Amino acid sequence: MAIFIDLLLNALVIGILLGGFYAALSIGLSITFGLLDVVNIAHPTMLVLGAFIAFLLNSTWGIDPILAGIISTPFFFILGWLIYQVYYNVFEKSGAESLRGLAFFFGLLFIIEVGLIIQFGVDHRLVEAPYIGQSWNIIVGQEIDVAIPFRLLVAFVVAAIATLAIHAYLTKTFFGRAVRAVAQDMMALRLMGVDPIRVKRIAFALGVATAGIGGALMIIVLPIEPSLGRLYLGNVFAIVVLGGLGSISGTLLAAVIIGIAESIVATFFGPSWAPAVSFGILLAVLAFRPEGLFGKTAGAH
Amino acid sequence: MKYKFEIICMLLIVGLFVLTQVVGNQFYFFIGFVILQYMVMATAWNILGGYGGYVNFGSAGFLATGAYTAVALINFLDIGLVEQMIAGGIMAGALGLATGYLTLRLRGVYFAIATLALAIILETVVAHWDYVGGAAGTSILPKRKPELFGELIVDRKAGIFANYKEYLFFLMGTVAIISVWVARYIENSKLGRGLNAIKDSEEAAECMGVPTLRLKLIATTISGAMMGVAGAPLASYLTFIDPLSAFNLEYAINAIAMPMIGGTISWAGPVIGALLLGTAQQVSSLWIQSELNLLIVGVVLVVFVIIAPEGIIGWFRKSRQGSGR
Amino acid sequence: MSEALLKVEGVSKHFGGFTALSNVTTHVSPGERFGLIGPNGSGKTTMINCVSGLLRNEEGKIIFDGQDVTDLKPHKRTGAGIARSFQIPRPFHTMTVIENLMIPAEFVGHHRGEKGDDRAEAMEILETMGMAEKADDTTTDLTQIELRKLELARAMAAKPKLLISDEAMAGLTGQEVDEVIDILFKMNERGITIIMIEHIMRAVMRFSQRIICLDAGQLIAEGTPEEIVKNKDVERAYLGSTDG
Repeated sequence: MAIFIDLLLNALVIGILLGGFYAALSIGLSITFGLLDVVNIAHPTMLVLGAFIAFLLNSTWGIDPILAGIISTPFFFILGWLIYQVYYNVFEKSGAESLRGLAFFFGLLFIIEVGLIIQFGVDHRLVEAPYIGQSWNIIVGQEIDVAIPFRLLVAFVVAAIATLAIHAYLTKTFFGRAVRAVAQDMMALRLMGVDPIRVKRIAFALGVATAGIGGALMIIVLPIEPSLGRLYLGNVFAIVVLGGLGSISGTLLAAVIIGIAESIVATFFGPSWAPAVSFGILLAVLAFRPEGLFGKTAGAH
Repeated sequence: MKYKFEIICMLLIVGLFVLTQVVGNQFYFFIGFVILQYMVMATAWNILGGYGGYVNFGSAGFLATGAYTAVALINFLDIGLVEQMIAGGIMAGALGLATGYLTLRLRGVYFAIATLALAIILETVVAHWDYVGGAAGTSILPKRKPELFGELIVDRKAGIFANYKEYLFFLMGTVAIISVWVARYIENSKLGRGLNAIKDSEEAAECMGVPTLRLKLIATTISGAMMGVAGAPLASYLTFIDPLSAFNLEYAINAIAMPMIGGTISWAGPVIGALLLGTAQQVSSLWIQSELNLLIVGVVLVVFVIIAPEGIIGWFRKSRQGSGR
Repeated sequence: MSEALLKVEGVSKHFGGFTALSNVTTHVSPGERFGLIGPNGSGKTTMINCVSGLLRNEEGKIIFDGQDVTDLKPHKRTGAGIARSFQIPRPFHTMTVIENLMIPAEFVGHHRGEKGDDRAEAMEILETMGMAEKADDTTTDLTQIELRKLELARAMAAKPKLLISDEAMAGLTGQEVDEVIDILFKMNERGITIIMIEHIMRAVMRFSQRIICLDAGQLIAEGTPEEIVKNKDVERAYLGSTDG
C-alpha cells in the first residue's frame, strides 16, 4: 500500500511539474490555433527545432540552455512572421480546414523534421547544466520518498514565468487585447484604426516565438530526437482544446491536468502510452464538451 | 466504345504479366513494385483527401496495418499473398472506419490529427508486440512453392513466375490498376459528387440532403482498405519487417505529395504524381541519401501547394484553356 | 385551422454559459408566408439552425409535417421537406451553377424515389430566377445577387415543403430586393411555405402574412405586419427604450 502511495505521490508531483512544462509548449499553439484559428500542426516540431538549437549552442559554446532559448526567440519570431505572410496571402481565403492549408503546415513539419535528421541524426540528444541530474527528495513518514528532479522544477518555474508573462501581455496591454479581439471581430478593430492583419501576423509570430524557450525547456526535461514533434502533436492539441480555444488561463490548467494524467498512466502502465492518453482526452473533450474548460462560446455563425 | 477504360486496364494487366515473363533484370521489378505501391497509396489518399477534402497524415499507419496483418497471418496460418492482401485490406478498412467514426463528426483538422496520432499509437503497439517481431522486427520467408488451383505460382523452373519479385510486381501492378479503376468509378458516381459537395461546403451539402457522415465514413473505409492492401506485400518484398520500415516517413509524405503534385481533382493526378515522383526518388536514391531525398519531396510539396494548388493536371488544363479561347 | 406544418415547442439553445434561444414556441401554417425579425444577435439564425438541424436544441421539440424531427440530422430533415438558404452564400464552388442544383436533386429527389429529368427541372428553376444562361458557368464569377439567387435556387431544387430564406437580401439594391421578393412570392404561389428572415423591414412587411420578433433569444411579439409595426416591445428591441 505504501508503495502505491509512494508511486502515486511521485506521479502526481511529476505530473504537476510536467504540466507547467506542457503549458510552455502549448501556449504558442493556444495563440495561433486557439485565438487565430490557424492550424499550425508544425508547432511541436518547431519546439523540437528550438530544442536542437539549444543543444547546438550548449554543446558548441557551453551556453546555458535557457539562455540559448532566449537567444533563439527572435529567430523564431521572424520565422513565424514570414510563415504567416505566406499563409495569409495564399491560404487564409480558403479557410482554416482547407486541404492546402493543412498540407502546407504538414510540409513544414516534415521539412523541419527531416532537416533535423539530416543535420543531427536520429539519436537522442541531451544538454548539460548544473541543475540537470540532481533531485530534491522529500521524505514523508517511513516509506514515502518523493523525488523532485531539479530539471523539472527549473522547467516548471521558467514555464510559469513565461506563460504568466504572456498571459499578462494578452490581457493588460493594448496590443494584447487587440490580439484577443481580432479573433472575434475584425471589423471593430478596423474601425478603431488598427490593421487586423498586422495584429494577426504579429500574434502568430509571437506564438511561434515561444518555440525558442519552449524548445529549450524540452531538452532540459528529456532527451530529444527529431520525431518528437509528431509525438507531442496530440498532447499539445489536447491541451489547447481542453483549456478552451481562446483561453490562455484554460491552457495552463489543462496542461496540468494532462501532465498529471500522462504521469499517472506512465507510472502504472508504462511511458509509451502517453500519446494515447492525451489523444484519448482530446477525443473525449471534443465529444462531450467541445468548448473545453474556459472556451469562448461557439456562437451562431 | 463504352468500356474503353476497362479494356485498357485489362490490357495493362496483361502487359504487366508479359513484362514479368520477358524482362530479365530483377532491378526493374524491384523499383517497379515501389512505384506501383506508391500509386495505390496516392490513389487511396486522394479518394478521401482530394475528393472529400479530409487530410490523412497517417497513411503509414494504414499501410503498416496491412503489412503487420500479413506478418501475423504468415506466422499463424501460412497463407498466400493474395489472402494476406485481402486480410490486410479488411483490417485497415476497419481501422479507417473506426477512426472516422470517432473523429469525422468533428472539424477536418481533428480528423487529420487523429490520423497522425493513430500512426504513432500503432507504431507503439507494434513495437511491443513480440509475435510480429516487436521493435527489432522479424524476417519473413515467403512460402516455398505457392500454388493456385494446382498451378505453381512461384518456382524457378516450373512456376508462372520465376521468383517472388516478379510475382509481387505483378500483384501490386494489378492492385494499382484496380485502385485507379475504383477511384475513377467513385469520381463519376453519386458518392463522388457527394464528396465533392462536402469538400466545397460541408454544411451546405448536409442541408442539401447529402448524408455527409455516411459518405465520409465510406470514403475513409475504402481509402484505408486500399492502403492496407498496398501494405500487405511489404514484408514479403523486403523479406523483413520492422516498425521503422513499415511506418516509414516516406509513406506519410509521398501519400500526400504525389496526389497534390499530380493534381487532386481526378484519378489521373495520383497516377502522374506516383510515376513522376516515384521514379525520380528511385533514380536519385542512387546518388543522394534517402533523407535528403525526402527533404526535397517535402519542399516540392510546399512549393506546389503555394504556387500550383491544382497540381500538374491543373497546369495542363490552364494552358489548354489559354490557347483554346 | 389545418394542422401546422412546422411547430417549434419550447426550444432552448445554449452555448456554454450563453443562452441563444430561450423557450421559443411558435408555429408556421402550410402555405404561409412567415417573417422572422429581431435585432442582431437575437437568435434568428440560431433558431433557423435548430429548425434545419445544423444545431441541436437542448430543450424543446421541432415538429415538422407531423413528425418529431428534433433528433434528425439535417440531411434527413431536408429529405422530409425543409430547405434553407445561407446568409453568407455557400455555393459548391468547384461545380457549375446547374451542378449545384443537381446535388439536392440527386440526393433528395432520388432519396424520395422520384424519377425525373434532374437537369431539365434544374433548368426550369434557373429560368424562374432569370439565371438560365448562367447554368454552365462556375460560381466564382457570379455577382452578389446571383449568388443569393443560387442559394434560393439550390434550396428549391430540394423540392421542399418549407423554404427558409436567411437574410437573402442583405446588401442588395432596392431593385434587387424586389426581384428576390417576387421570386419568393412565385414559390409561395406554387404551394411552398416560406420563412423569411430579414432586416430589411419593407421586404418583411410586404411579404409576410405573419411575423414573429425575437430579442435576446426570446419571442417578444407575434402578429400581422400591421400589429408588429405598432408593437412597443418590438420598437424597444430595435431602438432601445421608448421613454426619453
